[in-house]
Amino acid sequence: MAYKIKASDCTACGACEAECPNNAISFKKGAYAINADLCTECKGQFSSPQCASVCPADCCVPA
Amino acid sequence: MANVISLDSILGVGELKAPAEAPPAAASGCASSSCGSSDGPADMAPEVWEKVKNHPCYSEEAHHYFARMHVAVAPACNIQCNYCNRKYDCSNESRPGVVSEKLTPDQALRKILAVAQEIPQLSVIGIAGPGDSLAAGGRNTFKTFEMLQKKAPDLKLCLSTNGLALPDHVDTIANYNIDHVTITINMVDPEIGQHIYPWIFHDHRRWTGLDAAKILHERQMLGLEMLTSRGILVKVNSVMIPGINDEHLMDVNKAVKSRGAFLHNIMPLISDPAHGTHFGLTGQRGPTAQELKALQDQCEGGAKLMRHCRQCRADAVGLLGEDRGSEFTIDRIEAMGEVEYDQEAARTYREHVEGERAGRHAAKAAAQAEVVETVGIEVQPILIAVATKGGERINEHFGHAKEFQIYEVGPKGAKFVGHRRVDQYCEGGSGDADALGSVLSAINDCTAVFVAKIGGCPSQNLKDAGIEPVDRFAFEYIEESALTYFKDYAERLSQGAVNAREGQDAVIRTGAFTARRA
Ligand code: SF4
Ligand code: SF4
Repeated sequence: MAYKIKASDCTACGACEAECPNNAISFKKGAYAINADLCTECKGQFSSPQCASVCPADCCVPA
Repeated sequence: MANVISLDSILGVGELKAPAEAPPAAASGCASSSCGSSDGPADMAPEVWEKVKNHPCYSEEAHHYFARMHVAVAPACNIQCNYCNRKYDCSNESRPGVVSEKLTPDQALRKILAVAQEIPQLSVIGIAGPGDSLAAGGRNTFKTFEMLQKKAPDLKLCLSTNGLALPDHVDTIANYNIDHVTITINMVDPEIGQHIYPWIFHDHRRWTGLDAAKILHERQMLGLEMLTSRGILVKVNSVMIPGINDEHLMDVNKAVKSRGAFLHNIMPLISDPAHGTHFGLTGQRGPTAQELKALQDQCEGGAKLMRHCRQCRADAVGLLGEDRGSEFTIDRIEAMGEVEYDQEAARTYREHVEGERAGRHAAKAAAQAEVVETVGIEVQPILIAVATKGGERINEHFGHAKEFQIYEVGPKGAKFVGHRRVDQYCEGGSGDADALGSVLSAINDCTAVFVAKIGGCPSQNLKDAGIEPVDRFAFEYIEESALTYFKDYAERLSQGAVNAREGQDAVIRTGAFTARRA
């Protein structure tokens, strides 16, 4: 149960990183990636996955 | 260093004119109308003038003398606009929201210090994106300003935002001494807003449609009021989208004026299918030059309008109308090592400009007084395109001009009303016919074009198109020359030697603007 970033569509804007309540997103080796161990899909925290809601490229999707 | 603009070449130091006598009191009536959109202490509160006088983006006069620099430290955004495609990033593009290199706050600081060393005209540092400067908590934006304030406290700081997150950050903005904020406000009616903004991200969720536009509108108005009540200057930017918000922008003008915005900048929509924006793909057109000017004219008397905006890229560097951003790449800056900020050089330049400007005010007023006396009030104003590289002078070769500044001159005086971007006619030495076409269509509503120099061939083409090429005012001041020309024009008109040029329109150029000063 985690989200992932479709790297091909990502603009590397970092908006998702700032919104993730679990610090699951980081910039590594030139790309943003979600650490599946930390991602909770925002369940119990917000009504929708924060990264997917803010992403301008709609590239944060269920893994 | 070969690219440094020498101050002499811009200002014509050494050939400064002695300030003319102050105009007779009777003539001062015209001065206020001609100053309708130009600046000076006459039509601006002194405390506002003090803040903006050296700011190229806010003061029409300052934009001849001072440089601004945007640092692209804020890539994240919190709303989606139909005129923006966040995926798009191309170094051949020049428009807001576009940038080639994203910088960390540390890199931004080094870049600013490096630029300040080479361009003493630098007076303003802005953060305008490429996303929203206050999205993602505004962290990079405020980090950059914090470091900059320690290193170069005399540089002015400003930021642009869509306003959604603004109310949360007003205190921080005040603490960092940021005295100018630009808010992009395209509507004050959510019914209209829903056609401009497909969604926003606010309070941990994505909102769409009318709800999104309503929240955005409320936050924009709240943020604007909070800033102005704290004495922070607010400029409002609006994108003119024909058929969607064009007439509505008059209401926007009133709404922002009543909330204390000191400047309103109406910009044309930049729309092209190749940009991949929603409007680009749906074929939404931008306004023509005359449509834009007509709207700006209608808004005059409301919130003060700004007409010299170049819709700079989020990483623009240099005097308005030029972009030297590509000279200062991350690699080059890293290679420069530690750079110290030289406050002294910047101060010397500012003092020099102060002196120059005092003389200019007097000379303009005198020239205006003379025209009012000799030309009847019934002569229609005309537009003049001017090739200039700064210093308020006609000092650019026709073939080298990347843009023309447009002045409206009439019995009431001369005023700057806009600028038109063109392809350089003469790139690499030889004129090219396509580029000439782009110049002609950009200034088609003008009666004359003032240049420092022009070749015989383009000169003939201009005449054929009904635009008079004028090089007899080479290196003179723009406004005085325009007034002298107008006096002469009015006389020729009365003798039937020329016909008034009416009903023409011009095309707003939206494509690449990457040419650099050679
Ligand atoms: S779904 Fe939520 S927890 Fe998972 S990465 Fe996105 S924001 Fe973080
Ligand atoms: S918000 Fe989307 S586009 Fe931006 S960095 Fe995250 S995944 Fe990439």
